[in-house]
Amino acid sequence: MAEVRNVSVKDVEEAIYKMALEAAYHLPEDVLDAEKKAYEKERSPVAKKVLETIFQNVEVSSKEEFPLCQDTGLAVIFLEVGQDVHFVDGYLVDAINRGVERAYKDGYLRKSSCNPLTRENYGNNLPAIVHTFVVPGDKVKIIFDAKGGGSESMSKVQMMKPADGRDGIIQTVVDWVIQAGPNPCPPVIVGVGIGGDFERAAVMAKHATLRKVGEPSPDPVLAEMEQEIYEKVNNSGVGPAGLGGLTTCLGVHIEMEPCHIATLPLGINIACHVNRHKEIVL
Amino acid sequence: MAEYKLTTPLTDDDIIKLKAGDVVYLSGVVYTARDAAHMRMVKALDEGKELPFDVKGQVIYYVGPSPARPGKPIGSAGPTTAYRMNPFAPRLISLGQKGMIGKGKMSEEVKQACMKYKACYFASIGGAAAVVGSAVKEAEIIAYPELGPEAVRKLVVEDMPLFVCFDSYGNDLYEMAKKEWAGKFSLA
Repeated sequence: MAEVRNVSVKDVEEAIYKMALEAAYHLPEDVLDAEKKAYEKERSPVAKKVLETIFQNVEVSSKEEFPLCQDTGLAVIFLEVGQDVHFVDGYLVDAINRGVERAYKDGYLRKSSCNPLTRENYGNNLPAIVHTFVVPGDKVKIIFDAKGGGSESMSKVQMMKPADGRDGIIQTVVDWVIQAGPNPCPPVIVGVGIGGDFERAAVMAKHATLRKVGEPSPDPVLAEMEQEIYEKVNNSGVGPAGLGGLTTCLGVHIEMEPCHIATLPLGINIACHVNRHKEIVL
Repeated sequence: MAEYKLTTPLTDDDIIKLKAGDVVYLSGVVYTARDAAHMRMVKALDEGKELPFDVKGQVIYYVGPSPARPGKPIGSAGPTTAYRMNPFAPRLISLGQKGMIGKGKMSEEVKQACMKYKACYFASIGGAAAVVGSAVKEAEIIAYPELGPEAVRKLVVEDMPLFVCFDSYGNDLYEMAKKEWAGKFSLA
């Protein structure tokens, strides 16, 4: 029998705290690299100017610890918990929330959580949104995603018909991203979830935005779909900040799972050019 | 595409010289308001009450800034997505508001109001908030402090770089730009 490993939730809280601050000020390298590559290919002078402003923003944010974007997002956490882990020193989710609350207070980050109906701001950016998965082993992997409201609002789940198939999915994603245009702060990263069920399509789509930018799916069928969507979206002309150009998306990432014979769930989640995420293994 | 330096409050003469695609460096007072503040402002109008500031000639910046560090006027302060203010903007434009600053598309009704009452929608770069926010020199909460980031603030800005998106002639920069660059991407 595998030995149980104790993990203190205080370590989880500390990890969340650090990742929240890091994410707010420092753009992940892979995102910046993708933007720099796009800059080399870009031909629109306005688009080049926009990308230069984005680079300048990344530098200023990092140096002066100013949030990259004033919308420092809701805290979305993907937790992969090894089944041999036993959490000690308190309740795991409370610890996550404490880490988020402290980081958003100490880091001068915006608190964006509110009552959906009265719109009253809770002033603490809580609760964090936590997706937990139990996996083999005795480690805890934590992915922290600061998800802004502008790009999140340009997301959807659509229950397609099985007959829509591969081409129907591609068309729906391309039309949706082009229609969103300047709203989600392009250049964007397009996350797509195919299959599973209603909610799995959405979770896969969001998880897909956190893959290293532009790294193709290991499944060659999906990799080819990603490439096709990538070209079509970048042919739209929307461009950086929607001000025209060749750089509308930096990458398209698809995840897929089996679905019911009667369904074809499709989730689309868009990440903006400030795709703030960090990960750690405890 | 021309470049202009403008100072608020704006007049009809300021607006009619602007064309979609022009770059404006805006200085002077601008007021912040987003979803929650707009809901309250329109409710105030419905109840025959005064707005927290006179919108005549003014520019409203759709922004919910991050908190200011000690010694700084404001935190990061880039534009929020403007379509959420579609239900409110035409009414405020009809009362003399001359400009909105945001990012993303606005509605046909807003475009029509810009034409009828001589106003402009200015687009800024979303997600470049540390840089955009550095144009803000002073900030003061003047209404709805309980809304936190959504409170109405009176800002003083200096040379804030903006693109004219809707001009007063019915042009739309986003549509123009998209058309110009559509179909030109190649993997070469």
